[in-house]
Amino acid sequence: MRQGMAWYVCKRLIQGVVTVWFIATATFFAMHNVPGDPLLNDRAMTPAIRANLEARYGLDQPLFNQYLIYLGNLARGDFGISFTQENRQVNDIIREHFPVSATLGILAVLFAAAGGVLWGALTALYRNRMPDYIIMFLVILGISVPSFVVAALSQLGLVTLNNLAGRSLLPVAGWGSVFHMLTPALVLGLSTMAYLTRLMRSSMLEIIDSDFVRTARSKGVPPALIFSRHQLRNAILPVVTVLGPQIAVITTGGFVVELVFAIPGLGRFFVEAVQQLDYTVIMGTTVFYGAFLVLMVIVVDLLYGFIDPRVRLQ
Amino acid sequence: MNDRASRANFSELRQLGLYALYVVSGLVAAVWLLGIAANSTGSTVTGGAIDADGKAITIALRTEPPQLDYSRATDSSSFTVLFHNMEGLLTYDDNMALIPGVAERYEIREDGATFWLREDARWSNGEPVTAHDFVFAWRRVQDPATASAYAFIMYPVKNAEAINRGDLPREALGVRAVSDHILEVEFEQPTPYFDKLVAFVTFYPINEAFFESTDGRFGADADMLLYNGPYRMTEWVHSASMRWERNPDYWGDHKGFIDTINVGYITQDVNSRLNLFKDGQIADTQLVPQMLGEAMERRWQIDRSMDGTVFFLQLNFREGRLTANRNFRKALLLAQDPVEFVYKALKEPSYMPAVSLFPFWIRGVDSYFRQEHPPMPHEYNVAKAREHLEAARQELGLEEFPPIHLLADDSPIGAVSSEYYQAVYARNLGLELRIDKQIFKQRLAKMDAGDFDIVVSGWGPDYDDALTFGDLFSSWNLNNRGRYSSPEMDALVRIAQSELDPVARMEAFGKIQDLVHDDVVIVPMYERGWSYVVDPRLKGFKRRAVGPEVDYTYAWIDEQATD
Repeated sequence: MRQGMAWYVCKRLIQGVVTVWFIATATFFAMHNVPGDPLLNDRAMTPAIRANLEARYGLDQPLFNQYLIYLGNLARGDFGISFTQENRQVNDIIREHFPVSATLGILAVLFAAAGGVLWGALTALYRNRMPDYIIMFLVILGISVPSFVVAALSQLGLVTLNNLAGRSLLPVAGWGSVFHMLTPALVLGLSTMAYLTRLMRSSMLEIIDSDFVRTARSKGVPPALIFSRHQLRNAILPVVTVLGPQIAVITTGGFVVELVFAIPGLGRFFVEAVQQLDYTVIMGTTVFYGAFLVLMVIVVDLLYGFIDPRVRLQ
Repeated sequence: MNDRASRANFSELRQLGLYALYVVSGLVAAVWLLGIAANSTGSTVTGGAIDADGKAITIALRTEPPQLDYSRATDSSSFTVLFHNMEGLLTYDDNMALIPGVAERYEIREDGATFWLREDARWSNGEPVTAHDFVFAWRRVQDPATASAYAFIMYPVKNAEAINRGDLPREALGVRAVSDHILEVEFEQPTPYFDKLVAFVTFYPINEAFFESTDGRFGADADMLLYNGPYRMTEWVHSASMRWERNPDYWGDHKGFIDTINVGYITQDVNSRLNLFKDGQIADTQLVPQMLGEAMERRWQIDRSMDGTVFFLQLNFREGRLTANRNFRKALLLAQDPVEFVYKALKEPSYMPAVSLFPFWIRGVDSYFRQEHPPMPHEYNVAKAREHLEAARQELGLEEFPPIHLLADDSPIGAVSSEYYQAVYARNLGLELRIDKQIFKQRLAKMDAGDFDIVVSGWGPDYDDALTFGDLFSSWNLNNRGRYSSPEMDALVRIAQSELDPVARMEAFGKIQDLVHDDVVIVPMYERGWSYVVDPRLKGFKRRAVGPEVDYTYAWIDEQATD
């Protein structure tokens, strides 16, 4: 069993490396096929100045050579220098800004998972009654209203709240303390929370009518125990399944929230790099996020085995 | 089925409540832990917009300054940071007039210039700023290995372009330190506006010993720069915050009245900055048209200033383009009205309808250039426009005009602009404009390739002289993306570049202005401005058309002020 597990992890990791390589290659060539290049600017450049810049970034090499050089650097874990932030290594950018996105993302996922499971269980218990209708209405709102609207509205709400209170209860934007994180994390996790609530509700309802719950009930197991041991534990499985990809989506998809709340996260770099055609940052963030996503999926598959003993890893 | 569902058992609910309690306490612990983690990566600014006791203010920047290695900087965000923390040979006063910086006095001759440096100018490590620091910095700008995008601005210095091309060693540059405090510059050709150039960041000095000690990370962090301006940056958390403190080593007492300027927030989101202002966290913020109603309701004092940029339709003169025909261009000019465009379509009160390539604030000999050389007033005349269009149709031998290719950027203003001209030319001339909306880099690529008939474009000044606009349509200027070319224009630009007599020089600019109008090189749209609001306690704050966007170096705090 132990050996099988190690072999399984090993195999998944190798698959992961191939996936990341594929992502890197596809992004590299797609990016170079987009019209324009990172050196273009409002101010046109003399051929001499352009040649100097091309030489500095190695853009004077044939494309395939650039690709080989890139793969070589990638294997050494070196993503190169940013085109727009010309003094900074892409590695430094990721190292400094990913922890910010990750911190925000972890909190958002915690909010989402905790809220999703609790609200989902509550709606299932109150099926087809008022609390169920109210929560499900809010869930639909949470899923369908885009995050930039929620972010802007919640920020406006904060301003109003602070003005009414006459002092700053919660910061409107910025980063650096616990209080800066609360609102953006809630906003970031909101749509996931709504999604998980719906998922949790339907899987709870499925289980309420299942054989083993009926058996337990007829045996005279106390309802609280049925609820926690039999229903909740089984119903939570689908939630865990989608949690892995959702973690990656949340930690990488914070662009809007980071912009509105002036948070120095990596999401801003990810999006702005594409707008600026900042080749090295595009590659760096894409490969990094790709690897992160692959890793999260593996972790969730492993976790699944622990929660549900019926799942065999192979 | 239904009865079981409705039997929401109390004990089940209690169990759920217990779990909820666990979860909430777990979340609080997680938040606390994450808060500790976040502390190391962010700002700790909590002082509010104005801290009168600490003589400190908090502001927001639009973008993280991408490049503080000033030999290579190209963007306005970096210029703003550098302007507060650095100083060149000359600088600007609070009225945009050139005043002495590191240089006490200077002299510009036909073949070169001499700058006498003050002896009390110091770097933030206490060392004096010397002529050698300028020589080192300027040579570095031209060194091909530095790959400075703004190297061209120094091409008036002897041999600069040849060095930048790699044909001469960097030591051949026409600049030398006669002594520690005398800087001697040799020109490639007469450059009467050289004093305006040296206020630009590319001409700032670099301490060579310090530069070597940064080991390739010059300008990458707060401690990777030496400062000689009224402020020095003591903290920089990338993309989050900065702190500029008054520089005790600065030689003058005519600027730097606020002790600490905190850049507390960096975000492009203009609504987010407005919210910060309303919450009393930042000292000033930009207002876009949608915000003006609320600003008036709150009885804010709305200030306006020009940002320096002129926007126009650039026309393509390449062979085979309809816009290469003068009658066609004439029709385009006559059939539209920038006044209507600015006030009815853009609805931005800080913008001004444009009539000329030169914005109104450009200086002439004694007053404003446009007072000395008034541009032709714009004529909105649809009947005359149609005559020109008919003449163009006959000259080109066309039955009907094919669709016109209008290239624009994907910004909201780009959309409003292109749709306005599409509608106006359809209505007045019966022309069909096809809008080609592209993101920044792709639009530039298409402009460079000449893949357009008309392109919505703008031009902002690098330095405070008419030439920064005046040489735009010389045949050798690479920003002349419509490839307009006329011997008359080239001759005028040469005069404007090197004529030492200011009156004759301004006359050349006057003729350039007329030629641009007669030949319809562009269709002027608007001069861009800012509407903004400032905390009433902050006085002396400026927005500038040239150089930094915002200027706090002359600002001070008046605690009592309420409006």
